[in-house]
Amino acid sequence: MTSADLVTSAPRRLSGHSLTTRIVIYGLLLLFALVYLVPLVVMVMTSLKPLGEVTGGNMFALPEQLTFRPWVDAWGEARIGVSETRGIHGYFLNSVKMVIPAVLISTLLGALNGYVLTKWRFPGDKLVFGMMLFACFIPFQSVIIPMAVILGALGRIGVGLYDLTGWSFGLGNATVNLVIVHVIYGLGFTTLFFRNYYETFPNELVKAAMIDGASFFQIFRRVLLPNSTPIFIVTVIYQFTNIWNDFLFGSTFAAGDTAPMTVALNNLVNTSTGVVEYNVNMAAAIIAAAPTLLVYVVAGRYFVRGLMAGAVKG
Amino acid sequence: MATLEIADLRKRFGTIEVLKGIDITLEKGGFLVLVGPSGCGKSTLLNTIAGLEQISSGEIRIGGNVVNHLHPSKRDIAMVFQSYALYPNMSVAENIGFGMEMRGVAKAEREKAIEAVARTLQIEHLLKRRPSQLSGGQRQRVAMGRALVRRPSIFLFDEPLSNLDAKLRVDMRIEIKRLHQTTGSTIVYVTHDQIEAMTLATKIAVLRNGELQQVGSPSEIYNCPANTFVADFMGSPAMNLLEGKVAQASGAQHVVIARKEGEPILLPVPASVDAGKLQDGAKVIFGIRPEAVNDVESIDRNAKSVVRFDATVEIVEPAGSDTFVVIHAAGKELTARMRADADVRRGQNHTFAFNLDKAVLFDPETTARI
Repeated sequence: MTSADLVTSAPRRLSGHSLTTRIVIYGLLLLFALVYLVPLVVMVMTSLKPLGEVTGGNMFALPEQLTFRPWVDAWGEARIGVSETRGIHGYFLNSVKMVIPAVLISTLLGALNGYVLTKWRFPGDKLVFGMMLFACFIPFQSVIIPMAVILGALGRIGVGLYDLTGWSFGLGNATVNLVIVHVIYGLGFTTLFFRNYYETFPNELVKAAMIDGASFFQIFRRVLLPNSTPIFIVTVIYQFTNIWNDFLFGSTFAAGDTAPMTVALNNLVNTSTGVVEYNVNMAAAIIAAAPTLLVYVVAGRYFVRGLMAGAVKG
Repeated sequence: MATLEIADLRKRFGTIEVLKGIDITLEKGGFLVLVGPSGCGKSTLLNTIAGLEQISSGEIRIGGNVVNHLHPSKRDIAMVFQSYALYPNMSVAENIGFGMEMRGVAKAEREKAIEAVARTLQIEHLLKRRPSQLSGGQRQRVAMGRALVRRPSIFLFDEPLSNLDAKLRVDMRIEIKRLHQTTGSTIVYVTHDQIEAMTLATKIAVLRNGELQQVGSPSEIYNCPANTFVADFMGSPAMNLLEGKVAQASGAQHVVIARKEGEPILLPVPASVDAGKLQDGAKVIFGIRPEAVNDVESIDRNAKSVVRFDATVEIVEPAGSDTFVVIHAAGKELTARMRADADVRRGQNHTFAFNLDKAVLFDPETTARI
């Protein structure tokens, strides 16, 4: 039985239990499903009502007058803080531009680290791995100031490069800065995931590839990576969710128009002037949450499977 | 010139020496089997030949060239692993062709070579499949195909049959032997199975704790084991080893095996031993294969020296083609390999005979053969 079967095989049938047991079990399941779903339902319904209906009516009432205006407003019209730019679409794009390179780079580097730490062992490899794990446990608030100093220095190098070549190589750009920060602090987890996965990857395959004449990177690209799909998906989902949802680094290292989605959402919702447009806020919040939901729905079954694979194989 | 020469090879892991000065040569077309109990260093030795382990000192030459520091892919070898080590993400054809692809062989040429090898191994219909869609025996063939396609000067096999079930193992063993005979390839083969060693090898090297115990042809290893370890390890059931003493009896030197009850067994010194080396009163270990212990009618008629003795049958193990009989002699168990229909019963007293032509003596101090 493979680990995937363990996860997907049917649980023990409840029919063997008494009626009361079944009522209690299904009752509890239903209750928790409700607790989790009610806020989402309220969010969706609120975002589809005109503002008058939101402020005057019942939160749980279905929209009397269905409107998609709040969604259009949130995407393109709403005022975000003090910025000139209207709507969250620009910030959404900022997040996309940040999250895709950050996820891919941190995942690939994690895979490379895992490959070296398991298949090309060197004296002190355990210590190196142990120290990399610190990145998983450091409270990020404590690294903000050192990180700011480093990013400042990189920015100055960028200015120097700009003077020299006419291009800053992206250094000093807020999105690039966020990619750097997320790659660095994601490496601990991605390395952990891949190291544990490659630990059980047969060494004989690497030896066979060596005898076949494959180089260090050819072995990685042709033998290890194509056989890493489950852990690759786990890592991508994990990193995508973390980086997309990050607020701390985004609000610290990116200001104004360069801010990611999460910061823009905060600026939209926490506005202190004018009427609070709950329906627009809800639409913006749903848009902000949509990508992580989508990633989970599309690749979620691999997530569970991949995590369990690690758990069962050790 | 030998295809493979290993001279004073040593391998240390930290302070532990796992290979303690190995010297072996293998001629072109030879089949060398490295055999020994687990942990004896046989797989490490194979890995050093492959270049997957660096050696601490000594020299390995392949086709006359020192390969000590050559990368595995540059050593003109191919290896078949215990787990087959087929790349799961590639089809059978891609698996076989991967090495050529890495060496930059043109696609058309690659396909031709893959096809030729597939035909030899009769796996043409499997070329498009993935390793996960193959049975154990088919995977084994693909792994051999991947090695064959390189046309190396030496093939290395690392316990290639130990993952197969008993029947398939025998089939594949014959397959490997046929391959060796038809292609005339040079092979180094690691196993812990002494039957595989005996049936396949032209040369056997017995290892123990990183030391070479004996190198020789299967019959040398079997009939003239260098020491009690080799005698005990090779052959199933193992060689009978009985303690005895050298003494004069009726004017000639004999080996006397004392018994707990009854008369001691008096054995003339076997022909394999130079009688001049034995001193009266010296302790020796008398070694005899189970097939050289039999009842009087079945003992080899051409045997020059036969000694009879009476003993009680303790255990009878019918094995189909033979019956193994455990008897009690000299306070030690003694196994006899008898005909399948031998009339022996548990508890019975029976007359047995030793065929002393096949007997050997060991020195109990050094365990070496005298």
